[in-house]
Amino acid sequence: MAKGTLENQRIASVATIHIILIILSAIFLLPLAWMISTSLKPTEETLLSPPTWIPSRILIENFGKAWNYNADTLGYVPFLVYGRNTIIICFLVVAGTVISNSIVGYSFARLKWPGRDLAFALTLATMMIPFPILMVPLFGLFKELGWIGTFRPLWVGSFFAGAFNIFLLRQFFRTIPFELSEAAKLDGCSEWNIFTQVILPLAKPALAVVALFSFLGTWNDFLGPLLYLQSQETFTLALGLRSYQSQNGGTDWNLVMAASCMVIAPVIILFFFAQKTFIQGIAATGLKG
Amino acid sequence: MRKRKEAIAGYLFAAPWFVGLAIFLVWPLLQALYFSFCDYSILTEPRWIGLANYINLFQDELFYTSLFNTFFIAIFAVPGGTIMALVLAMLLNNNVKGQSFYRTFFFLPSLVPAVPLAILWAWLFNANNGVINELLRLVGIQGPNWLGDPNFSKPVIILMSIWGVGNAMVIYLAGLQEVPRHLYEAADLDGANPWQKTRNVTLPMLSPVILFNVVMGIIGGLQMFTQPFILFPGGAPARSTYLYTVYLYEQAFISLRMGYASAMGWVMFLIILVLTLIALKIGEKRVHYEGG
Repeated sequence: MAKGTLENQRIASVATIHIILIILSAIFLLPLAWMISTSLKPTEETLLSPPTWIPSRILIENFGKAWNYNADTLGYVPFLVYGRNTIIICFLVVAGTVISNSIVGYSFARLKWPGRDLAFALTLATMMIPFPILMVPLFGLFKELGWIGTFRPLWVGSFFAGAFNIFLLRQFFRTIPFELSEAAKLDGCSEWNIFTQVILPLAKPALAVVALFSFLGTWNDFLGPLLYLQSQETFTLALGLRSYQSQNGGTDWNLVMAASCMVIAPVIILFFFAQKTFIQGIAATGLKG
Repeated sequence: MRKRKEAIAGYLFAAPWFVGLAIFLVWPLLQALYFSFCDYSILTEPRWIGLANYINLFQDELFYTSLFNTFFIAIFAVPGGTIMALVLAMLLNNNVKGQSFYRTFFFLPSLVPAVPLAILWAWLFNANNGVINELLRLVGIQGPNWLGDPNFSKPVIILMSIWGVGNAMVIYLAGLQEVPRHLYEAADLDGANPWQKTRNVTLPMLSPVILFNVVMGIIGGLQMFTQPFILFPGGAPARSTYLYTVYLYEQAFISLRMGYASAMGWVMFLIILVLTLIALKIGEKRVHYEGG
């Protein structure tokens, strides 16, 4: 009898948790569902009140229209060019971030040199420097170099490492047994060989995390491109997406949403392919202050 | 000999960062300090004007407005987001069936890039046919003009940032899974109820993680730019969403008052320094560190 009540209580509390979770899931997913629903609707239907959740006609061609959005009449550059620019910049930033931070992280994690710990403390302190304070001097620097309007201000810096990723990789490199390095040294390996042939192959999960988050950061970046890019042909998706909205007066919400879907989709797809890396990476970056 | 060789290798490996640190951080920081004492438009050479920028700044109404707006949003968004993330993580930590599905659902919004996010929000909160007001109408509430009423514009930004708590949730969930089981077992033996367990076991064990994320949240919140810039051009309505970084950007690149913007940058940097120090001090006293 008593056991039965306890069992009922347990079922009731599990059910309550599920109900709460389902309601919260619905709230969290509602905006995305609305975005997808809008992107498939005819323009008139987006303005209906009460709104329809399932489009009366599903217009896949909205995506085609958003893809080639009035390129002639309004002078827009098609989506494809924004996408290409974004991918080029992302590729360079990911390459630069992974290469430079792994090299520097290796030095901080596994090599002993005078002043290293002080330099590391200083490195961590640089995380407090807000980007807005650097905007004016950096703009001046890139203007001197004649780089305004090119992609270079957006990726060159990534080849010089950064505090956060150095920290992350240092933590990971330190978990690799030092005996491996010692053994390689006795075999006459140089530091560079130990780094590339012993450490890097073992550090793939951490490198994947760094690559993933630098990709996301670049894909999402708006302020950087806003500062340094000037003509439509060089715009990134984040920057280009804005022109759908503002110049469009907010009328073709279905096309705006279709374009938004297309900017978000690669990130979501990436998430489903690399879920483990995502979850581990976020946990690793947030847990150890 | 071997030691020296290792040190040389160490310097060489760390060299890219030293170069980057000098070119992209230290030098710009010092330059910004110099510009903050100058009249500088980037088109002409900077001209030394002493403290004038700072004096003007502290008499500038918009400086206070933007600082107030920024803090207002951070003060609601950071604790709101923290609580939401903790609640989600604790719910998911109950070994519920389908945990990974729920986790994905809560996490997905945090993946939405800032620009499509702001555009989506403009559509959701549209006063005339935005779906939020349509849903409110279903339950008999006349929704406000979210984007046009200064009383409701800030909540829109706060809600937007709470919607993206997926990241923090994942962090807290990982933290919860590291809390030693024996602590809960001991609490059970003492007859603790779920709330007492949360209050006396979970939260103290999680406190370093929470502190770290709250500090990062505030520092990030102070630099918020993209969402308000797109959602509320010019800080409309009535400057109620004019945030500090947006003001700084417009001073520098629209009004070309680069010296003034640099002074704003330094003020922001000092605020961040002070906040970080305060957080570390509180952390020393109140936060439970394992083995400490």
